[in-house]
Amino acid sequence: MILYFKRAFQDIRTNRFLNAVTIIIMSLSVLIVSTLLLFFLNTNDYMNSWKKGIKIIAYLKPDIEETNIVDIKNKIHVLYGVAEAKFMSKEEAMGRLREQMKRQSSLLDGLKENPLPDAFEIRLTEQFPNSERIENLAVQIESFPEIDDVEYGRKWIGRFVKLFDLFRLTGYAMSSIFFMAAVFIVANTIRLVIYSRREEIEIMRLVGATDQFIKTPFYIEAVIQGALGGIIGLAALFAAYMYISTNVEYGLSFDLLNVRFLSLRLSGTIILCSMFVGWLGCFIALRQFLKE
Amino acid sequence: MIDENDKSATIRMFHVHKNYGSKQALININLDVSKNEFLFITGPSGAGKSTLLKLLYLGEPVSEGQILIDGMNLSRISRKRIPLLRRKLGIIFQDYKLIPTRTVFDNVALVLEAMGKKRQFIQKKVNSVLRMVGMEKRFNAMPQSLSGGEQQRIAVARAVIGMPKIILADEPTGSLDTESASAVFDLLKEFHTRGATLLVATHDQELIRKTGRKAIYLKEGRQTK
Ligand SMILES: Nc1ncnc2c1ncn2[C@@H]1O[C@H](COP(=O)(O)OP(=O)(O)OP(=O)(O)O)[C@@H](O)[C@H]1O
Ligand SMILES: [Mg+2]
Repeated sequence: MILYFKRAFQDIRTNRFLNAVTIIIMSLSVLIVSTLLLFFLNTNDYMNSWKKGIKIIAYLKPDIEETNIVDIKNKIHVLYGVAEAKFMSKEEAMGRLREQMKRQSSLLDGLKENPLPDAFEIRLTEQFPNSERIENLAVQIESFPEIDDVEYGRKWIGRFVKLFDLFRLTGYAMSSIFFMAAVFIVANTIRLVIYSRREEIEIMRLVGATDQFIKTPFYIEAVIQGALGGIIGLAALFAAYMYISTNVEYGLSFDLLNVRFLSLRLSGTIILCSMFVGWLGCFIALRQFLKE
Repeated sequence: MIDENDKSATIRMFHVHKNYGSKQALININLDVSKNEFLFITGPSGAGKSTLLKLLYLGEPVSEGQILIDGMNLSRISRKRIPLLRRKLGIIFQDYKLIPTRTVFDNVALVLEAMGKKRQFIQKKVNSVLRMVGMEKRFNAMPQSLSGGEQQRIAVARAVIGMPKIILADEPTGSLDTESASAVFDLLKEFHTRGATLLVATHDQELIRKTGRKAIYLKEGRQTK
């Protein structure tokens, strides 16, 4: 085994240029894919916190008996996807409105009667949000005889979710393209290395070396390329992340502090994937070489 | 057809033909080489001596006929077992076939590394074999920096280091002066006395006469005596 590593390193040294190019291209692929990943991870965080904030407001018809309210609340509560239904009386609503209007709240003093309806503020369970489901739920609630009207961010929920899905799809597509490109490039490097060493390989065979003995160093070489590519790519991303988060934070008011980097586990997975890319490229190159 | 259990012959060639395209390099060769035999293959340049040896180590497939080596039928051997066949053979190639990017030591050690031997063992063994061929001081040299005769001695060292049952030597003394030629020959003879079977291709009639060993004669791909 030590011998195999020795041979692999020897090989990397003799084919420095080829190896450097492969590693650079692999790091670029890793950089791009993990940038996408970082982006999705963080937008996903935002999406989640935003989803938590999604509420359906159900306005009650006027003149509903106070005793009915508990019944209605229970009826809403058992619906699928409802986390909490909070009753908000028209007085409460008025209080809030005053608070929001602050200085102009004196305008409200002129009202003889509170024009606001009683309402339920309905929070949804976290995994629930999905524009169609929200709509269904809203329709269900609206069909209750006591409910006058239902309000929620109808249009833009749908749009936002669709846009996000589109982004995600593009991300998958781009990631798989870079994955294939990386495999292809590793396969080509190994093929070139094999070609430049075909005489040596032939001699090794003639003196009784098995295919496995000949192939193992190539695999080690490719996996090392993959690991280095992964580490360099992630390091570059981390450097960029540090640079941006320290320099931009002061300039912008909204909190980039909340932007988090890939977890250690995810970084490890990326490096493993990158090593796998190396292995796969090598496998493809060697399969051809075996057919000779 | 062929008695695969006949252990008295380690190499059997049976109606072997070899064509390179339309060129007939070997025509109807029948040969039995018994264990521990010392046999020369001779003939003029282009007669097919190297080709005959090539068929034995599967450097080329036969066009027709069968070859048995140590009980293995070469036309039926699976790709996976070719290394096993080659480990039974110690081959000295006419053009040496040393790896140009590796040192003398690594070139010779390769055989034992491929067999999966331990490092310490390899170290000791390579040193002792290099000493046998008088090249122990050049262990760290690259093959290109050696003279033809020196490269040939490395090729011999590599051929014998794995203690092969059969040694196939293609012009093993071709580029050596008389003195180093006889040194190499003594080495080969020593392996012969230790029990190896020797098959030596050479056009050097003098050498054959001196050693007084059996020889088969090839001419234009045919066996003549
Ligand atoms: N790979 C090949 N392709 C085509 N023809 C070949 C090939 N190898 C050998 N030959 C031909 O086969 C014939 C026998 O060649 P071989 O090398 O066996 O001769 P030889 O007896 O070893 O000669 P020498 O004494 O010069 O080494 C020659 O005519 C040669 O041209
Ligand atoms: Mg020849």
